[in-house]
Parts: sequence; structure tokens; C-alpha cells
Amino acid sequence: MSLRPVNAVVVGSGAGGGIVAKQLAEAGLSVVLLERGKWYGPFDDRKDDLHNQTVPALGNAFGPDEDRNWRVAVDWQGKESVVHPSDFTYLNNAGCVGGGTLCYGAMAWRFMEKDFRMRSTYGAVAGSTLEDWPISYAELEPFYEKAEWEVGVSGDDSGNPFKAPRQRSLPMPPLPPGREHQILEPAARRLGLHPFHIPMLRNSVPYNGRAACMRCRWCCGYACEVDAKSGTQNTVIPIALKTGNCELRTECVAKEILTNDQGRVTGVAYFDAAGRLQEQPSDLVVVSASATESPRLLLNSKSPLFPNGLGNRYDWVGRNLHAHMYVGASGVFELETYDDLGPGASIAVCDYNHGNPGVIGGGLLANQFIRTPYQLTGMHPPGAGWGSAHKDFMREAFKKNVVVMGPVQEMPVFTARVQVDSQIKDYWGIPVARLSGYRHDNDQMVGDFLAGKAAAWLQEAGAISIKKLQYGPPKTLSGVQHQAGTCRMGNDPQTSVVDKYCRVHDVDNLYVIDGSVHVTTGGFNPVLTIMAIAYYASDNLVKTWKGTHGR
Amino acid sequence: MSPTYRFSRRNFLELGIAAAFVGSGCSKAKNKAWRFFTAEEAKTIAALSEQIIPADQDPGATWAGVVNYIDRQLCGSLKRFRNNYRQGIAGVEESSRLRYGKGFGALDTKNQIELMHLLENGKAPGESWKRTSSSEFFALLVEHTRQGFYGDPRHGGNRDAAAWKMLGLPYPPIRGRQRYDLTKG
Repeated sequence: MSLRPVNAVVVGSGAGGGIVAKQLAEAGLSVVLLERGKWYGPFDDRKDDLHNQTVPALGNAFGPDEDRNWRVAVDWQGKESVVHPSDFTYLNNAGCVGGGTLCYGAMAWRFMEKDFRMRSTYGAVAGSTLEDWPISYAELEPFYEKAEWEVGVSGDDSGNPFKAPRQRSLPMPPLPPGREHQILEPAARRLGLHPFHIPMLRNSVPYNGRAACMRCRWCCGYACEVDAKSGTQNTVIPIALKTGNCELRTECVAKEILTNDQGRVTGVAYFDAAGRLQEQPSDLVVVSASATESPRLLLNSKSPLFPNGLGNRYDWVGRNLHAHMYVGASGVFELETYDDLGPGASIAVCDYNHGNPGVIGGGLLANQFIRTPYQLTGMHPPGAGWGSAHKDFMREAFKKNVVVMGPVQEMPVFTARVQVDSQIKDYWGIPVARLSGYRHDNDQMVGDFLAGKAAAWLQEAGAISIKKLQYGPPKTLSGVQHQAGTCRMGNDPQTSVVDKYCRVHDVDNLYVIDGSVHVTTGGFNPVLTIMAIAYYASDNLVKTWKGTHGR
Repeated sequence: MSPTYRFSRRNFLELGIAAAFVGSGCSKAKNKAWRFFTAEEAKTIAALSEQIIPADQDPGATWAGVVNYIDRQLCGSLKRFRNNYRQGIAGVEESSRLRYGKGFGALDTKNQIELMHLLENGKAPGESWKRTSSSEFFALLVEHTRQGFYGDPRHGGNRDAAAWKMLGLPYPPIRGRQRYDLTKG
């Protein structure tokens, strides 16, 4: 069955797709925005410490659902397992309108200039496909600003001497500093560091018709009860719908991108909420489904002209899957550090993102979101995992604990990849993603370096016992909510998937606009960069749009 | 988004997937105390979890309903771990009888803790542990005990929010809303 043709189908309504839909709809293009999940509002927030997007012990709150979605994970020894969204090795990202932006912690970082020029800065790295981006920070700067003002960022990075130049300050001030911030700030200064207020996609004052943060402790992993957290679901997507040019179809699962015998795409085949196969014809297709699902969709779109999937002529689709190893330290203090004021994370330093002697790359360090009691159980010192020692630790540490962590800028690895499995299909009969390979050894070296700096910061602040933390051990595949790199942006069609405007090299009406296009993904949470790229690529798309063709 | 603190269950996956297809069912019979566990199995889990989070001046795992949490979730979100429990509990009992000549629940605290360290380090005796790993089962049980003790009471554990009271956290957990002036929005 074929539906009424539109100008554009956007697959996925997360950080990238939501913005693309709005930009195209505002430019007058007719848009269908397909989303596999549901549209949740602030009242769907259950504040459940075992059933949320950060701790899915009993499942993910915002999808995808366990019963219809699975993947094949291959460990470093080649052992295959079928894994579900609440399994860590599924490398899940939220499946709902807004995607991860519904339930993220909402740090809103701009990458630094060197993050776009990693190869020029550090040279070739053995075992890595490390490369420069085809675009510079300067080209992206106006679009960072647009994201900060349209979606809404609070914070104050004026105290960060390492940041790339910005034309305009952030639209909202930071939230008042909590107790952790007050403890960590003077300690950082004593160490010669340059602490400042983390930029956050969160209203610190009423902004764009939404309320200010109420400083509850249910933030990272949860939807915001008062809608103070800014995601695409409560900013750009409602604007897109208001234009009258955009139709959002929820619970629709893309099956494949359709092509004609001229090698152009003609629309998207998808299963609607009732499970019926639909074909949505369109002049162009934008894939914004995440760095695992976007390559999966391209690889599942096979035809005689594209026998290995779309954009995959040189076998680069799905390659270089990377994200962030998270490292840092947890410190226990003599006095109470707990003030029950969310979101918790508020102070950061960028002193260790670059320029670390003998280290390739680095990452930011920041204090972390408020820990639930169950989250703290994983941060015990040796020998206090269970028994009386465990209980003593929990009583002692819960209100006296500060965690400083940061994302390691990972080295992309060619063999860390997303493929489609040749046998296993999901509920809808679509071949599932097959995840294999593992992270680069350099990540561990940077991780050790950064964890040591986090521990030193806590020690200077007065922590009496410190435990180093690491999430993302060696020989494991990186991914989860910061997943990136699988449809690399580049000038050379033989070593990348999309051009510098996010257009697939050999298909002129097909775009990938999400974290997949990141060549490298900084020592920063990537969402603001995904948003900036979405504004930037949409801007070019609209400028070069010549109306409906071939119809 | 921020770092995840979620526990990697990579090690449990293989067994877990197998378990998802095992038909060992959940009883809805009214005269049965437990949904998944047999009465004997529940006693073993109670004894183990009570050593993982022992009662002292604050309640321990048993009082807080950790067995109820695990039993209930094995018929729900954690159903893929059923086989791990069935085999793991049998293994603990076998180890206990081999080493001490009686069941785990009948051991004194010192011997229970001694055996638990052996389980944790993969050194517990018995044929059972040739089929499944004692350290993986022990790590799984520790994680689920923590969930049942510290997690939201709506899931069947943390009775009367005892764990949160112990840590000085208010219940219900809605801090923020109380001091929030909705008229400013």
C-alpha cells in the first residue's frame, strides 16, 4: 500500500531527527517524521529507581520494549549472544519521541576546535581510523548557538579558558551551586584548574514557555516532571507540527529505504503501530535513527544497484562504532555533602581534554547526577560488596559521597561495528543489528590518566576514602547513549559514508543526520553537537532544495 | 547523557538467554507461599541474602522482603534468570552438604560466610559448579539482593522503605516538588 507522497521522510525523532523535521517543515517541505516509540509527556515520569533509562534493572522506561527488540552481541572471543534492550551489551538508546533527549542528563557541550582535528593534532594512531572532520568548529559555531537558544541551554562557561570561541553567551544562567559544587570549586582552584558551571539543556529560569528546574533528584534517566529539561520532544518537534507541514507517526518501525533503478531513494517502507507494512513515498529520506539503528537501516536496504546496502559501496557503513568509556572516582567525605538538590551535576573542568603530556586526547571531568541508593551500591570499596562492611559503607557514604567522572575521547576502530545478522530477525521480521569488535587500547590509558585526575581533585577537596571508577572495560564494545561514528562524514567516498553536508556519497537524495556521522566524538557528551550538525545539515539541505523532482 | 551506573550483566547473558526459553513456570496457586521458588529454595535464598545485607541496628534483607522481590521478578522482568536460580540454589546446597554435612540454612553464620566467600571466588565444591559458575551466580544474587533491598518498594522489596529510612532519605521520594512554586512556570 502506498501513501500520499511527501517531500521528506525523517526516520527517528531524537536529537538529530527532531531538529531536521522542524527545519524542513519551516522551510515549507512536507515531512513525515517516523518514530518507533511512543510520545511520553512529563506525567509519564515514574521516578522508579529500578525501571528507568539509566538503570534498566527491570527494563527501560522509554523503550525500546524487551519483547520485540533484540540484537546479536559478539564478544571479543567471538561468542555470540542474543541480547535485549535492558542488557548492557545491547548498547541501547531510548526509543521514544525525543529519543535520548527525553530522559538524558542534558549536559550541553560544544566540542573544542581540536576535537574536529584529532588526526592533525595527534597524528595517526595504530589500530585506529582516527581522522579529522571535513568541517571545522568555526563552520559549526553558528549552529551550536542556534541549538543553545532554540532548544534552551543554561550554564556559564565564561570561566573555561579552554573552550572554543563563542559569539554569544548562553541564554540562561546556571542553577545556583549545590553543596558538592561548593566543595569542589575551591579545591579545583587550589590545584590550578579552571572550574565552571556545566552548560545544560535544562531551564534554570522559565524559558520558551516551559518552567524552571525544580531541583528534584530524578533527572538523568528520567523524564522531567515539570518539563524543565529541554529535549526535541518539547521544543522543536511541537514547532514542526505547528507548521502544518510535518506529520509525526509514532510506533512506526522502518523496514527499509526504497530505491528506484536510477539509484535514487523513493521513500521508506515501515510497519505502522498496527503492524501493517506501509510505503511512504518521498523526494528525499533522512536517517536519524542512532549510530546503531541508522547503519542497520542502510544495510537492510539492499537492491540490485546496492547489493551491500545503501551507502555501503566501500564497506564503511556500520564501522567505527564508538562512544565514551566513563572514568573517574568516588570519594567519601567527613562531612555531609548531600543536599538533595538536583540535578547534582553542576561543576566541570576542561583542563584535561587536550594537551596532556604523553596522552592522546582526554576528556572533561564533572561531578555527577545524584545517585540513588541502588546506584551507590556499585561504588563500594574493595571488600564492601556485601555483608556488614557493605551496610556500614552505605550508611557512612550515602550522604557524604561525591563522584567526579568524565567521558574518555575514544579512538575509532574499524572493526568495532554494526552489521545486520544473517539469520536472526526481530518481531517485525527485520534482520537485527549484529554488534562486534571492541575498543582501542588507548582508551584505557586515557581512562587511567583521567581517573587519577578525578581522584586527585576529590583528595584536594578533602575526601577521606577514594575509589576509582570505570565503566567500559577493555575488550568490550563501546556504545549506549553516546554511540557515534558508524556513518562517518568525509570528503573521500572510499573512506566515509556521507559528505560534509551529511548526504550519502553515491545517493543524492539520502541523508544521515545523527551521531552516526561523527568522525570522532570528543571528550564530551555529544548531544549538542548532534543538534548543531542537524541544524547545519538542514540549512544546507534547504538551500539546495529544488523542489519535487522526477514526479 | 551522563555516565550509566548500571551493572554490566555481560557475564550472565549466556545463561540468561538460555533461561528465557526454559519453561519452569510461575505458580499462581493460592496455597503456595512463593510464585517461583519452592519453600526450600526460598529458605536458601533468605539465608544467603541475609548474609549479603545482614540485620543489625537496621533491618536486613529478609525483613525487607528481598526474597519476595526476587521471587516476584523471576515471574516478571527477571524471568530470564530462572534457570540461574534453580541451578545456583541446588549448587549452594550441594556445596554446603559436601563441606559441612548439612544444608546452607542450617549452618552457623561463620560457616555461611565462609562458604559464600568460596562461592564468590569460584572455589566452592560440587558437581553443580561444573555446569554453571558459582561466582557468576553469587554476583547475580548480590545484585538482585541490592535491588530488592534498596529499590523502590513497589517492586516487592524494601519493605516500609526501610533501606531509605536507614540512609535518611524521605519517603515518598518526591523531594523537589514540595519546595517548587508551580505558579512561577
